[in-house]
Amino acid sequence: MPMTLTARPGRWLIILPPLLFLLVFFLIPFAFAFKISFAEAAPRVPPFTDVISFTADHHLRLAFSLGNYRFLFTDEVYAVAYLYSLRTAAFSTLICLLIGYPMAYAIARSPKSRQGPLLLAIMLPFWTSFLLRVYALEGIIRDNGILNTLLLHLGIIGQPLRIMHTGLAVYLGIIYSYLPFMVLPLFATLEKLDPALLEAATDLGSTPRRAFLDITLPLSAPGVIAGAMLVFIPAVGEFVIPSLLGGPNNLMIGRVLWDEFYGNHDWPVAAAVAIAFLLLLAFPIAVYQYYNLRQAEA
Amino acid sequence: MQRHPSASLNTVLYLGIALLYVPILVLIGYSFNASPLVNVWGGFSMTWYGQLLHNQELLQAALLSLEVAVAASSGAVVLGTLAAIALVRLGRFPGRLLLTGMVDAPLVMPEIITGITQLLLFVSMVHVLGWPHRGFTTIVLSHITFCSAYVAVTVQSRLQGADRSLEEAAMDLGAGPARAFLEITLPIIAPAVVSSWLLCFTLSIDDLVISSFVAGPGASTLPMVIYSKVKLGVSPDVNALASLIVCAAGICIVTAGQLMARGDRRRELEAQLAGN
Repeated sequence: MPMTLTARPGRWLIILPPLLFLLVFFLIPFAFAFKISFAEAAPRVPPFTDVISFTADHHLRLAFSLGNYRFLFTDEVYAVAYLYSLRTAAFSTLICLLIGYPMAYAIARSPKSRQGPLLLAIMLPFWTSFLLRVYALEGIIRDNGILNTLLLHLGIIGQPLRIMHTGLAVYLGIIYSYLPFMVLPLFATLEKLDPALLEAATDLGSTPRRAFLDITLPLSAPGVIAGAMLVFIPAVGEFVIPSLLGGPNNLMIGRVLWDEFYGNHDWPVAAAVAIAFLLLLAFPIAVYQYYNLRQAEA
Repeated sequence: MQRHPSASLNTVLYLGIALLYVPILVLIGYSFNASPLVNVWGGFSMTWYGQLLHNQELLQAALLSLEVAVAASSGAVVLGTLAAIALVRLGRFPGRLLLTGMVDAPLVMPEIITGITQLLLFVSMVHVLGWPHRGFTTIVLSHITFCSAYVAVTVQSRLQGADRSLEEAAMDLGAGPARAFLEITLPIIAPAVVSSWLLCFTLSIDDLVISSFVAGPGASTLPMVIYSKVKLGVSPDVNALASLIVCAAGICIVTAGQLMARGDRRRELEAQLAGN
């Protein structure tokens, strides 16, 4: 057990700076958003009413308004956007899994010397500008982009395929941008898989297919869950992709939030959308955290 | 898992990797196109790169982004490394679970939620405390928040792999915990710290959504300017700028990766020597 630094009071010098910083700038903001989601928009600075205030004779005054949440339920656009975001993220995650699993499996089975460069090849786009990669994809799929130019030139199609500003473009954008998030955790679990298990299965007469289904797949479940969460959660809240590649019908919740802020300047409604959104994501985030914690303790 | 992958598996792998790179390579290709029309090749030209140097708006935004990225990655490296040491080396302490959660959550939290909640915090803080005013300070603070999570994760994994007995030996020989940390632990985690600084730098310089929320009306970072240009349509000077940024980011990442790999090799070597 670590006995060296643990017992000293000096350890708080290590713990407190990150703990306090993240508390103030990551956790407490959610409390503020929660509070402001009960306020009403008002033409002042900041542009909403006080939820908690003191009257002139020092009495606490609470002015909670549930109007914003009622609005979320009555205005159809929010329900439609939430459902569309969930559906888009779920399908994209599935497709990422179907492409990412064989990729991760192939890297895990490659010779050690080749794994490093292959992983770097996957990591590189993952860290390279997200916005610019979405923009680069636009160069491929837009009406006069390289894909259409090529297909027209070869005479495969008579007129340009319309991909930009459709749901398909949003799917392509998410899959293209988030694929590395799926491959990396999958590789991490597949790499640890003991080959002796597969050999034992083969020795006992199972076909490679059977061995894969009975051994590899169940043992790689933690990687599947981690990868799926890493794709699904940010994809639900995606703003850049639907905004640049999608059309007016591809309203994802991130885009609605942005418009609420910049178009309508209604901060309390935006706060309510954010809180409702967070509640929606609480379950997948909890799953991801639980998995992370278990990994850390293992 | 050491056997060779089958041909079909390898095909999927290399096709997948190719798909990741094709759009970027096409973009870089376009940036050298003399013609302003995107579907016509007008010959090789550096015109668009030259034009970047005269675009004051872009240059100013680039400067702001660089300043933010340097400040934010430096802050994040300090906080993230401290968090990693606390989580790996300090055993149980009150608030440990909270810290673990706050280190992991920013990695998956949709940016738009982080951005909106931080904006609401900053606006309320200014109202009550008169600080921080939106602009450079708020962008740096919010970048430190999500970057320190990446640092913590990277340094944590390096610390977990490090041999504790060296530290213990140093302390048995009379070094205080601070000295043991500086002379033993810090050199072990140094590659992870340096490479996570580079990763934070690329994350910070790339961030659009969070910056847009917390920047306020006066300040525009480079991605914010690029986003508004891209929103209006494709422009050849954005192609040139994008190619420059992609290459710079690529160099940062490859350097970071090599630092990590070199650290790994050295550690393996030391472990072997210690074993003999």
